[in-house]
Amino acid sequence: MDQPRVGLFVTCLVDLFRPVIGFSAVALLERAGCQVEVPTDQTCCGQPAYNAGDLKNSRSIAQSVIRAFEDFDYIVAPSGSCAGMLRAHYPDLFKDDPEWSPRANHLAQRTHELISFLVDIRGMASVENVGFEAQATYHDSCSGLRELGVKAQPRRLLATVEGLDLNELPGAETCCGFGGTFCIKYPDISNRMVADKTADITATGADLLLAGDLGCLMNMAGKLKREGSTTQARHVAEVLAGMTEGPAIGEPEKAPGT
Amino acid sequence: MKPQSHLFKENAKKALNDANLARALNNMKAGFQDKRRATIAKLPEFQDLRDQARDLKNHTLENLDFYLSRFEDRVTEKGGHVHWARTPAEAREAVLEICRSVDAKTVTKGKSMVTEEIGLNDFLIESGLTPIETDLGEYIIQLRHELPSHIIAPAIHLNKEDVAETFRENHTQLDPNRRLDQVQDFTDEARAILRQKFQSADVGITGANFLIAETGSTVIVTNEGNGDLTQVLPKVHIVVASIEKTIPTLEDSATILRVLARSATGQEYSTYTTFSTGPRRPGDLDGPEQFHVVILDNGRSALLGTEAQDTLRCIRCGACMNHCPVYGSVGGHAYGWVVPGPIGAALDPGLIGLEEAHDLPNASTFCGKCAEVCPMKIPLPKIMHHWRVKEHEAKLSPPRFRQGLAMWAWFARRPRLYRLGANAAIGMLGRLGAKRGRFAKLPLAGGWTAHRDLPAPSRGTFQQQWARHKRSQAPSSS
Ligand code: SF4
Repeated sequence: MDQPRVGLFVTCLVDLFRPVIGFSAVALLERAGCQVEVPTDQTCCGQPAYNAGDLKNSRSIAQSVIRAFEDFDYIVAPSGSCAGMLRAHYPDLFKDDPEWSPRANHLAQRTHELISFLVDIRGMASVENVGFEAQATYHDSCSGLRELGVKAQPRRLLATVEGLDLNELPGAETCCGFGGTFCIKYPDISNRMVADKTADITATGADLLLAGDLGCLMNMAGKLKREGSTTQARHVAEVLAGMTEGPAIGEPEKAPGT
Repeated sequence: MKPQSHLFKENAKKALNDANLARALNNMKAGFQDKRRATIAKLPEFQDLRDQARDLKNHTLENLDFYLSRFEDRVTEKGGHVHWARTPAEAREAVLEICRSVDAKTVTKGKSMVTEEIGLNDFLIESGLTPIETDLGEYIIQLRHELPSHIIAPAIHLNKEDVAETFRENHTQLDPNRRLDQVQDFTDEARAILRQKFQSADVGITGANFLIAETGSTVIVTNEGNGDLTQVLPKVHIVVASIEKTIPTLEDSATILRVLARSATGQEYSTYTTFSTGPRRPGDLDGPEQFHVVILDNGRSALLGTEAQDTLRCIRCGACMNHCPVYGSVGGHAYGWVVPGPIGAALDPGLIGLEEAHDLPNASTFCGKCAEVCPMKIPLPKIMHHWRVKEHEAKLSPPRFRQGLAMWAWFARRPRLYRLGANAAIGMLGRLGAKRGRFAKLPLAGGWTAHRDLPAPSRGTFQQQWARHKRSQAPSSS
């Protein structure tokens, strides 16, 4: 399998809010020798329903994801949270279903979070000819960290980006308070958590915040902007792919000519 | 106690506005987390011990009837008495009956969450007795008529100033100008006052960290030594414990003790670990004349064999709350019942009912930190998820949330329609937001934009842009 066929699980947030992460993922996967396809009949991994305890809808969404990605060698998502859903929770959803259980398990075994896939499965050790001048800090999103063991991989690749200095974020492993529907259901608690997080980010003096999950990034970037901070936020894949010409998360588009 | 968990949202909001509480919680987090990390780093077999502890407790729970009756037999052999209580009321009655039989007036108490659970203090007061908490934290909240806000540090929500004020209000016999600004001052003052009470107590009540089936012993773990005085000085010692505290052997207690204090306070061992086996024997230098164990079920046996069974492995170390960012934001009182934090969110719906407690398992981001630190490897988020499933089945979540979710799921299952809707919505939002790059306010997103901006989408979804990209590549690549 020297050129594996990878199905990109775009994730609903990247599809809707930040396509550049999807393009970055495709570019990185292609650099890692993969042949990438993007099935059009994908929507979301079903986490909002799953986390709300709605197993019926979770199952039917999961079935459509399984169908759409059945034929790929790997399924890769630029999100630890969505990859974790496919890997850790789909098998659970169908554990009593003799028809779907093997299909869910099969999908789960081939599903990976983007950066850990590049490093652990494709053996990527560096990004070549990519530079980005920044004092960066990195937040470990919870699902990627605890469900999938994503910790060293992004740091390893970021260390090879020219001009980028990575300062460790104190409490990098503490949840930012996003939690999917949590931030809508308990806005006040979520606010305290994200405010604690942005205080830590600001204290590092970083001008760039990186993470591997757009949900967390939108939460932290939204709070930083509300606080009037100039720290920018980007998905780690954008920096690794060198796709940083566009605006950072929550920043305006640059007027033409500037 | 009467649960207040249905008021979680309101109480959480109040807690978030309490600057003193925020300060106390921040101090707590830093202290407990750093200490735990440091002690665990010194014990390479810590992870193996967690597995052992989990396995031995699973084994016990699978054979709980056997070990409980074995425990009863041993206690009886040693001259003690076991009292079975299905409900809090039965447990309270059992305690009262013992107190009445020796004509007790004053009862000293060691720290015990189960006696909080059954509302023992109020009941004893109503029955004409005087219960006195002897653990410093419990003593403080007893004076303040509050509930514990943490299972190992009941007064963690208070600052030094709060405690000084409480002492000045209550200990009016002392010099009003005395110094009260160090923890040591509080300890000294409480000790001096409690010493007289220990002497006059007729009955001492403690909880138990373990009930050892092999020997009929009960075990308590403390740092202040108050538990020992509570159970040794009075004529009668009553242990109140719940069924899941049982473990098979003395050896097993050693396994769990090695993870308990490390997870709780970051100590290698607590200062005092006290084993009590039966009443004083002829020739013993001290010990009570009577030894009673009241064993409470209160809904726990109904959890056996369910997805929530794993909660019964809990050894109440508090590590999950010490590391929980939600608990760290709102503190323990917001949870509205004796056991707060992640273990409360996983256990309370089973004990006080889902209708009362359904907010608790929802108030979690599923970040997984609790399960990562739990010495008994309880899959806390998984159990919270189980309660959400039950909540959904029982239609207990807010109707607006359910409707929104149902509508979203309807689209998510129909990729084509979803795409049409997404393209339209994103097209509009993208145009509206392009100039600022974010929204400070947006209809239907009030929960989000109340506290933070919403980053605007770019022009067009990824799928739209990808399709365009593919089309533009098509001629050259063919
Ligand atoms: S659930 Fe685990 S971490 Fe929490 S109190 Fe119980 S044993 Fe300790």
